[in-house]
Amino acid sequence: MVDLSQYLPILIFLGIALGISVLFVFLPMGVSRLTGAHNPTAEKLSEYECGFPAFEDSRSQFDVRFYLVAILFIIFDLEAAFLFPWAVSLDMTGWPGWITMMVFLGELGIGLAYAWKKGALEWE
Amino acid sequence: MSETFQTWGLTYEWAWFLATVAGILLIALPLMLAVAMIIYADRKIWAAMALRKGPNVVGPFGLLQSFADGLKVFLQETIVPSAANKGLFLIAPIITFTVALLAWAVIPFNSGAVLADINVGLLYVLAISSLGVYGVVIAGWASNSKYPFFSAMRAAAQMISYEVSIGFILICVVLYANSFNMNAIVEAQRGHGLGLVNGYWFNLLLFPLWVMFLISSLAETARAPFDLTEAESELVAGYQTEYSSMAFALYWLGEYANVLLMCALNAVLFFGGWLPPLELEILYWVPGWLWLFAKIFFFFFIFSWVKATVPRYRYDQLMRLGWKVFLPLSLMFVVLVSGWLMFTRYG
Repeated sequence: MVDLSQYLPILIFLGIALGISVLFVFLPMGVSRLTGAHNPTAEKLSEYECGFPAFEDSRSQFDVRFYLVAILFIIFDLEAAFLFPWAVSLDMTGWPGWITMMVFLGELGIGLAYAWKKGALEWE
Repeated sequence: MSETFQTWGLTYEWAWFLATVAGILLIALPLMLAVAMIIYADRKIWAAMALRKGPNVVGPFGLLQSFADGLKVFLQETIVPSAANKGLFLIAPIITFTVALLAWAVIPFNSGAVLADINVGLLYVLAISSLGVYGVVIAGWASNSKYPFFSAMRAAAQMISYEVSIGFILICVVLYANSFNMNAIVEAQRGHGLGLVNGYWFNLLLFPLWVMFLISSLAETARAPFDLTEAESELVAGYQTEYSSMAFALYWLGEYANVLLMCALNAVLFFGGWLPPLELEILYWVPGWLWLFAKIFFFFFIFSWVKATVPRYRYDQLMRLGWKVFLPLSLMFVVLVSGWLMFTRYG
């Protein structure tokens, strides 16, 4: 049975950290209303694009490479997730466990080499 | 600590709760103070490297500079742009700062002096630091302005790219320590080098990994030379361009808290955490947390030094370093380290 009681302080910490952060964001908003610093105008609230009014919607297009990086990240993070339990039980699994993981890593190595050759890692 | 509270006549549950809350405040409040002072130290170090004095007017030696800055942003107006998604816009800095504080729950400050002694501490740190990406991406998206949006895309791609190699480097450390528990990892480094040096940095197999981890932690926290997310000449102030007042300051606080966390991880994973650098009886007279703080400050000095001296990378160079140099190298080291351990320890 896993001892979960050690996670309770983290949950309490989450509550306190959230409280501090919320206070930090909303308290100045209230204070600025009291001190008179709060004075929004239409010009002040427009988005900043170096002085020009926005030419087009900012959420239009962006580079497909960001998708590629994200997908590669998912693959390699998953690979790392498979490595974690193997890393702490190397003393129990012995040579068969080691060889099996090397085969797995080899397959992913081939995948990486393919992505590399295809130019998925290029940023030009 | 709960025994102290029990002597006041409280039940065990209440005493435990109060002790936990006290422990949390003992981490969170000094951390915020440390962040304020470390920003001041940062500016002082850059100034010294550029042969000037840095902040020296507010308070003795300018020590109160960060607090004056804090008060200034606190009294400023919070501007929420009319085009922004209001809710998301305000939630983003909250996420960033909460996550930056939360990661400290598992850092061991001394033998047994850790808030949550969970057996997968290192995985927890990895998971929490991944959550930091959300604050940045949501900020960029919610601002509804081009510069924050592009900066957020860059920041996300950069952080996840280096997380991959950091993951493999951590696996090598875990292979050696045979545990994910932070205290067990520190203990495993006791007398690792010739029975005298505490720390994995002394190990010839792990030393290159430490160098990679240091550089990756620079990239992970978007510090110079990898601070492309806030490249002023292209992206103004990056994903926080539209932010003002304390919401803006929360990003800086969170960023510096993350920098301190990365320095602490460098110390805990490779330099023996709260252990003294050498396994000598006399060095144990200095309390463990002082050793840890000294190591954290040493790494922070390196971070500051790098920022003061190294020119910024280009984005394609950054991605090439992450995917074509660090990823294959760290993968290779997983094979090397595990193979070496199979031959010497388990074989």
